[in-house]
Amino acid sequence: MPLLSVELLSKSYKIPKHCKGFWKELAALFSRQYIVKKALDAISFKIKEGELVGYIGPNGAGKSTTVKILSGILVPDAGDVKMFGKTPWEHRIEIVRQIGVVFGQRTQLWWDLQVIESFELFKAIYSISEESYRHTLNILVDMLDLSELLHVPVRHLSLGQRMRCDLAASLLHSPKILFLDEPTIGLDAVNKLAVRDFIRHLNRQKNITVLLTTHDMDDIEALCNRVIVLNEGQIYFDGSLECLRNKILPERRLVVDLMDEHETIKNNHAKVVKQEGHRIWLSFDPAQIPAPVLIAQITAKHSVTDLFVENPPIEESIARLYSSYRNSSL
Amino acid sequence: MNGYLAILKMRMKTLLQYRTAAFAAVTTEFFWGLIMMMIYQAFFSSTTAKEPLSLSQSITFLWLGQALIQLLPWTIDKELEAQIKNGNVAYELVRPVDLYAIWFARALALRLIPTLMRCFPILILAGLFFGLEPPVSGQAGALFAISIILALFLSSAISTLVMVSLFWTISGEGIQRLLPNISLLLSGLMVPLPLFPHWLQPFLSIQPFRGVLDIPCRIYTGVIPIDTAFYFLGFQLAWICCFVWFGHKLMKKAARHFVIQGG
Repeated sequence: MPLLSVELLSKSYKIPKHCKGFWKELAALFSRQYIVKKALDAISFKIKEGELVGYIGPNGAGKSTTVKILSGILVPDAGDVKMFGKTPWEHRIEIVRQIGVVFGQRTQLWWDLQVIESFELFKAIYSISEESYRHTLNILVDMLDLSELLHVPVRHLSLGQRMRCDLAASLLHSPKILFLDEPTIGLDAVNKLAVRDFIRHLNRQKNITVLLTTHDMDDIEALCNRVIVLNEGQIYFDGSLECLRNKILPERRLVVDLMDEHETIKNNHAKVVKQEGHRIWLSFDPAQIPAPVLIAQITAKHSVTDLFVENPPIEESIARLYSSYRNSSL
Repeated sequence: MNGYLAILKMRMKTLLQYRTAAFAAVTTEFFWGLIMMMIYQAFFSSTTAKEPLSLSQSITFLWLGQALIQLLPWTIDKELEAQIKNGNVAYELVRPVDLYAIWFARALALRLIPTLMRCFPILILAGLFFGLEPPVSGQAGALFAISIILALFLSSAISTLVMVSLFWTISGEGIQRLLPNISLLLSGLMVPLPLFPHWLQPFLSIQPFRGVLDIPCRIYTGVIPIDTAFYFLGFQLAWICCFVWFGHKLMKKAARHFVIQGG
């Protein structure tokens, strides 16, 4: 049985319509008109225990709405969610005991108080026993390098420090499932890596199921074996990262360093994407021409000093996916 | 239960940080009290009719009010207002606790701590030098203490209801302008309720705000005799139940339809 199953989930928001002109504004005081915006349009997916799923999509795709529904904060218009066999918005208190949530753009720590005081508050709220609190806290302090931060008032923390503390706060009660909503947003490279390592560790070692919302494709590439792509409230893709790449961008890149700077490569099956000095980037479709064949053809014609094959960056795949989606809907 | 107490404690700890504000407020309230005292003296010396309160009772009402002003539900929880505005309230909702109870605990802290930080200097100064009388009897003093505790709960229940209403209005602006006027006037802080015109008394005697100041003051000064005091404690209790019931119901309704925007 899946840990989490979402079936035909829909949610729309009513946004008051703003009219221009004095009389129309006056009329709006009495009868307001609304625009209905569909945030989620009958989405379905299932997540098994121990999965680490990347949940991506452009701004306004409905990612945060999904997370809010799954954590029992919002009530959907239609559809069903079962987590541990229960519906979150009907059994909110039972469900939230077993989940951890981090909203990257907000903090759950008390601004004016020391970090440790917020932690102790959560200990009381979740009725965590002294023993297991100590145990979990020690591990978290160790892994996230928090020992220096525990007695600092939250308002003095940097964003990276705050995020590490927020992550720890969401794990004190040992949740089985973790919703991370843009946990790496705005972080510097060092903190990003620390957060990423930590998430990987949680998933692989502690077997915590993670749903990770992010705009950072490096996060996805580093962590997720499964990706769900959401666009305008609908699931566009659900599968492995590899499949996603193949689906939208089957091409590979061949990077060739030539002896002669002024030479260029012409080949029927490969296209020059970029040329910088000695280095040329070629794009090709392995279905049309296998990499060894292409390499053989090129080395036969040109004098090559070095060459290697690479995958195009995932950002490009995603960007292409979003734009193709937009074009097809126009 | 533990969790709610912890939130109460945390909130108290935060509020205890505002010591300078408390000091400034004590000074203001003290001088305001002095001015009002002079006005009462002028007023009583120029009247010939028999007033429902004596001058010394009025002055005692006045000082109790100045000392307990923070107990009245006349301010809103700024932190909570910000949470509702910026959507951080989402985090409160992912906790395994009843949101109404958390907010009630916060309201208790918001009423209790500033009151405790401010009331003693004013009570001591006014008691020593400016005409604050002791309770009419030991029993009246004890009943006054019970009545003050009920006032604390009543005030918190009113505050919590006001906070829940912010889910609909989002901005607390309007309510922030109305609330001080209503609660300071109807609780009897501005002018003791017994001094209001006769024809207003039936309305004044049934409205809930009198439970947060007027009733404790009347018990303290003996305007309410001890044998009928229990009826008034019951009155406070009944209003507490009403506000808690309605606030809780409204919160449930809010939870069904609210939207947390952004991010």
